[in-house]
Amino acid sequence: MGAQLRVYRQRISSAKTTKKITRAMELISASRIAKAQQRVAASTPYTKAVTRAVSAVATYSDADHPLTTQPEKIRKTAVVIFTSDRGLAGAFSTNVLKEAEQLRTLLQDEGKEIDYYLVGRKAVNYFKFRKREFKKEWIGSTDLPEFETAQELASTLTEAFLTDYDQGGVEEIILVGNHFVSMISQDPRTTRLLPLEVVEAEDENEAELYPLYEFEPEVEQVLDALLPVYIENRIFNVMLQSAASEHAARQKAMKAATDNADKLIQDFTRLANQARQAEITQQISEIVGGADALGNTDQDN
Amino acid sequence: MSENQLQVNIVAADHEVWSGEAKLVVAKTIVGEIGLMPGHEPMLAILGAGEIRVSGGGSDIKATTELGGFLSVENNEVTVVMRDGGLDS
Repeated sequence: MGAQLRVYRQRISSAKTTKKITRAMELISASRIAKAQQRVAASTPYTKAVTRAVSAVATYSDADHPLTTQPEKIRKTAVVIFTSDRGLAGAFSTNVLKEAEQLRTLLQDEGKEIDYYLVGRKAVNYFKFRKREFKKEWIGSTDLPEFETAQELASTLTEAFLTDYDQGGVEEIILVGNHFVSMISQDPRTTRLLPLEVVEAEDENEAELYPLYEFEPEVEQVLDALLPVYIENRIFNVMLQSAASEHAARQKAMKAATDNADKLIQDFTRLANQARQAEITQQISEIVGGADALGNTDQDN
Repeated sequence: MSENQLQVNIVAADHEVWSGEAKLVVAKTIVGEIGLMPGHEPMLAILGAGEIRVSGGGSDIKATTELGGFLSVENNEVTVVMRDGGLDS
C-alpha cells in the first residue's frame, strides 16, 4: 500500500472515531433537553406563586425593607456568572463570559467595584487563567442543577448584600446567564437581582389588582421571609434555564461536529480512492513498460 | 368553582405537589396553627416547619415541610408554597 493511501486511511478512521463520540453526545444532549425543559416547566407554578406574593406585598406595603431600598450610590456590585462545567457546547460559555466582560466595562465606567461569584468550571478556569480574583465558586451540577445549590447561592448573596459596604458587603447583585429561547437559540442575559425591581406582571394584560391582604404575622416579617424565597427562586430559575440552554447548545454543536466528520470522511474516501487508482495505474504502466522492454530485447536477439 | 369550596394548590420549588378542591386547610404558620375555610379574607402568611393538612375534598392529604414557606388566600383560592418537602404517603 502506498504511503499516501495509508495516510488517507488513517485520517478516515480517525474521523470515524470522532464521529462516534460526537454522535453519542448529540443523542445524550437531545434526550436531556427534554428533561431540562420539563424541570423548567415544573418549577413554573412555584415561580408564579412566589412572584405574585412578592408583588402583592411590595404593592401594598410602604415597608422600608433593606432588600427593596435602593441605595443612593452603588459602590460595589456582585456579579454572578452562570456557565457550564464541560465544554463541547459551542459558544455557550463564551457568550456568557463575553456578556460578563461587557458588563464589567460598563460597571467600571460607572466607578463600581466588582465581586465575582462563579458557577461552572468554565467560568472558574477563565478567571484563573487570567489571574483574576473571585469570591466563590460552585462547580459540579450545571447540567442538572439542584435546589440546594440555589439555596446556598442565595444565602451567600443575601448575606453579602446585607453586610455594610465598609465591611466588604455589596450593594447590588447582577446575574449573567444563558436564557433558553428555543432549541436553536439561547441568549446570554443580564438581570439585576438586588435591589429588587419587582415586576408587577409578566404580561401587561394580566396586570391585576391584588386584594387587600391580611398579613400574618406582620408586613415586615412577611417581607423578611418572602424575599429570600424570591431570590432563591430567581437564582434557581436562572440555573434551570442555563442547564436547558447548555444541553441545547451542546446538541447543536455536536450535530455540526457530526456533520463535519461525515463530510471529512467523504472527502478523504474520495482522495483515498484516487490515490489507490493512481497506484494501480502506475503499477499497470510499470508492468506494461517492463513487458515492452523485455519484448524489445527478445527481438534484438 | 363553587362558593363553599377552596381551590388548593400546593407547590414546591421544583414541582407542583398537589392541587384540588377542599373544605378545610390547616397549616402551621410561624406564630401558630391556622385553619382556612371557604370565604376566608385575603391573607399572606409565613409557614414554619410542620404539616399542612387538606381535607373535605375528594381525598384528605397531608404534606410536610422542613424549611417552611408561605401561604396565600384570596377568592377561595389557597396557594401553599413550600421550600422543600412533599406529600406524606
